[in-house]
Amino acid sequence: MSSIEVGGKSYETDEEGYLVDLAEWTPEVGSYLAQTEGIEMTEQHWEVINFLREYFEEYQIAPAVRVLTKAIGKKLGADKGTSEYLYGLFPYGPGKQACKIAGLPKPTGCI
Amino acid sequence: MLHIINRSPLSDTALESCLNTATGGDVLLIEDAVYAATTGNAYEGKLRAAMGKFKISVLRPDLEARGLADKLIEGAAFVDYAGFVELVAANKTCQSWL
Amino acid sequence: MSDIKKFMFVNRKAPYGTIYALESLEVVLITAAFDQDVSLVFTDDGVYQLKKGQQTKGIETKNFSPAYRALEDYDVEKLYVDQESMQARGLAVEDFLVNVTVLSRAEMGALMDEQDVILSF
Repeated sequence: MSSIEVGGKSYETDEEGYLVDLAEWTPEVGSYLAQTEGIEMTEQHWEVINFLREYFEEYQIAPAVRVLTKAIGKKLGADKGTSEYLYGLFPYGPGKQACKIAGLPKPTGCI
Repeated sequence: MLHIINRSPLSDTALESCLNTATGGDVLLIEDAVYAATTGNAYEGKLRAAMGKFKISVLRPDLEARGLADKLIEGAAFVDYAGFVELVAANKTCQSWL
Repeated sequence: MSDIKKFMFVNRKAPYGTIYALESLEVVLITAAFDQDVSLVFTDDGVYQLKKGQQTKGIETKNFSPAYRALEDYDVEKLYVDQESMQARGLAVEDFLVNVTVLSRAEMGALMDEQDVILSF
């Protein structure tokens, strides 16, 4: 087990840097995780992060990229429901990077 | 004696064997065995028939997990984890029908 | 698109008592990426997987039942429940957390005959 420290508090992560307890997540933790991924968070990034957290709350799974793309398009507008848009925000994969920043486990069905 | 069953009565013979073999006492249904004590299931009749001979208890968290806490049959009693321990303590012997 | 095969997942185990139900669900979600023709069958104790109102806090286990409602997003829309199994457990379609098609044993058998691949859990 590893851990990260944000605002004087320690958070457990797995060996790949995913938060162990998603209930511990705060936007500050999200910002910190984004930093470790080399991502500067903008409003567009947060939109996706918040969407992911809502999706997980509802279905208890992190959606596969294909599913995420489609669902984002439905919720936030067709121009955002493309892999170009999402990879633009999260270059190493919207599933992997965005899920990590959102404090979720690795996506189910993400190959 | 306390008999503990953890398999669904519709896919395993553990409960059936227990009720046919044991002479009486406490029967505690846990894990997938809790389905036996839900209304309308095909084993309900047999479990009801056994109630004269056995005192049937059901581990509540297991029935809640399966979404059936509102379907407990009449005559069976809920126990929580503390009640589980009390049953074990109150009986001289305990048999888990694996 | 002749490379699309008919895949059927047959679920016969209750959730939580064993790991089969969860494993099956995970395999289904992963294979959904391959764009195949997927059917899910719930028969025997497997019908319990779809019961509404599962509350797993007390057994300290993850409640994975909400994920069945996400199957639609994964384009897995063919869910079949065996009628006899459902009735033997005192359940009706209203008890399930997703929309399903109820089939008789004969219809289920015929559907199995149409498949290219069957995975049983």
